[in-house]
Amino acid sequence: MLSNQELAKIAKRIRRNIIKMVTNAKSGHIGGAFSATEIAVSLYFNEMNITAENVKDKARDKFVLSKGHASALLFAVLSEKGFLPEEELLTFRKINSNLQGHPNMNYVTGVDMSTGSLGQGLSTAVGMALSYKLHQQDFRVYSIVGDGESEEGQIWEAAMAAAHYKLDNLCAILDMNGLQIDGDVTEVMNPFPLDKKFEAFGWHVLHVDGHDYDQLHHAYAQARTLKGKPTMIIAKTVKGKGVSFMENDYMWHGVAPSAEQAEAALKELED
Amino acid sequence: MAKMATREAYGKALAELVCENPKVVVLDADLSKSTKTADAKAVCPERHFNVGIAEGNMMGIAAGLATCGNIVYASSFAMFAAGRAYEQVRNSIGYTHLNVKICATHAGITLGEDGASHQSIEDIALMRSIPGMTVLQPSDDIETKQMIKAISEMNGPCYVRLGRSAVETVNAEDYKYELGKGVVLREGKDITLIATGMMVQEAMKAAALLAEQGIEVSVINIHTIKPLDEALILKYAQRSKLVVTCEEHSKFGGLGSAVAETLSKNHPTKMAMVAINDTFGESGTPAALIEKYGLTAKDVFNTVMNSIQP
Repeated sequence: MLSNQELAKIAKRIRRNIIKMVTNAKSGHIGGAFSATEIAVSLYFNEMNITAENVKDKARDKFVLSKGHASALLFAVLSEKGFLPEEELLTFRKINSNLQGHPNMNYVTGVDMSTGSLGQGLSTAVGMALSYKLHQQDFRVYSIVGDGESEEGQIWEAAMAAAHYKLDNLCAILDMNGLQIDGDVTEVMNPFPLDKKFEAFGWHVLHVDGHDYDQLHHAYAQARTLKGKPTMIIAKTVKGKGVSFMENDYMWHGVAPSAEQAEAALKELED
Repeated sequence: MAKMATREAYGKALAELVCENPKVVVLDADLSKSTKTADAKAVCPERHFNVGIAEGNMMGIAAGLATCGNIVYASSFAMFAAGRAYEQVRNSIGYTHLNVKICATHAGITLGEDGASHQSIEDIALMRSIPGMTVLQPSDDIETKQMIKAISEMNGPCYVRLGRSAVETVNAEDYKYELGKGVVLREGKDITLIATGMMVQEAMKAAALLAEQGIEVSVINIHTIKPLDEALILKYAQRSKLVVTCEEHSKFGGLGSAVAETLSKNHPTKMAMVAINDTFGESGTPAALIEKYGLTAKDVFNTVMNSIQP
């Protein structure tokens, strides 16, 4: 298990890579990638058993980035894991690249599901968890879902099914950064209270600070012990976390920084 | 002549397959008695999941199951499998090229009394347009049974279009199904009828009527609409003065369009289409509907006769 300091270093490298990728591509989603960075780092570096040896296995711990817009985060994480050469990150969103605007499972080793069309990822995670139950395989499935994404009806279809099939091997993390592309989620289409909704749909619901590794690890450990129900970890996060001028500003949902802004961001993300 | 709905044959074939192959997992969206996946459930309840009335979610669950190595058969009515869940099929199953077999029943207007809201006449067009999607429609029970097993050995997604109403058995007992290959059911030198699904029986009847008028037609059953057996279609078009396509689908984007796409490029041939006009269906018996919407053997006969008038 890596220490919080080691994880923090990894997260900084990942955030720097995301800034470089999106700046170079002149497009991409930084805000929602930064809000979920600690969640993804804690999953990939401490919680999930995904290694160079098992990464190509059809059955192992799996991860579905249901909010596929945070693709830059997933690619940067996979690069940090050693599944993707770091120099390839700069091809993100360019022609002939494996690193599509939204992740494609057939192009990149370690992408467990192609996502991007919101609402669909959680259903696929349900399918994976159902397969492990069916074949009595002791693997777990993790999925990051957005709060804005929860406006999609399919999230609730998936939530219903996960509870119905008692998928206690499924752990979803709701990246509650409070913002979507058009503004504050409560103003666009209020999905709250999400905790009460998931509870009513039959899930265990836990609350954490989505940037606190201790709280995240504790929640994952708890989720492993909770039987008979899937777990939803509602993670309070800051959109654009880590770069002062990007934090809590929905304008950083899907725009690329200028060269000067990128430089300023990278400075803030220095070790 | 024996008669059986292709959905019935699907249910029987799937019930056998699910017992033979432990990788097969069946999904349904609260229509298992109608789609006939209930037959598979009866013999293997542990690998049959009824996901409730949530077709988009079913396609996502199917995709997730497939990523773990399962061969997934997912069923609903064609309207909901291809229509309602189009984008889930497109992105979670088509774009990923996962091993999901979408077996959609109650396609076309012969669904009957439930009416236009349930009569899918656009599904071939929708599914055909998804890159890498194999699109199939069997003509009878014999073909359905073999097709359902054959697709378990094919890697990747496919869409199988099945009907609610009984159709005549048009294939011989010793018929050998081959994915991607059209089947010549009748040889005739003048004209070629290219039919799919329940329209194969109508085309065969029309061929007999035309023979009485001294007009000899070939009848080709196209069970694989995509990828299309272009070689066979070209071979027959080259020796025909007219090609007539027959399908229980809209005139836009179905078999007729597929055949026109290949002929216009390779061997422009005079064509006519027996298909549903730019209109929705309605409630009625299947027999009354195919008559009103122009899908009987008589309509095929008339289309040929009108097309060869000088």
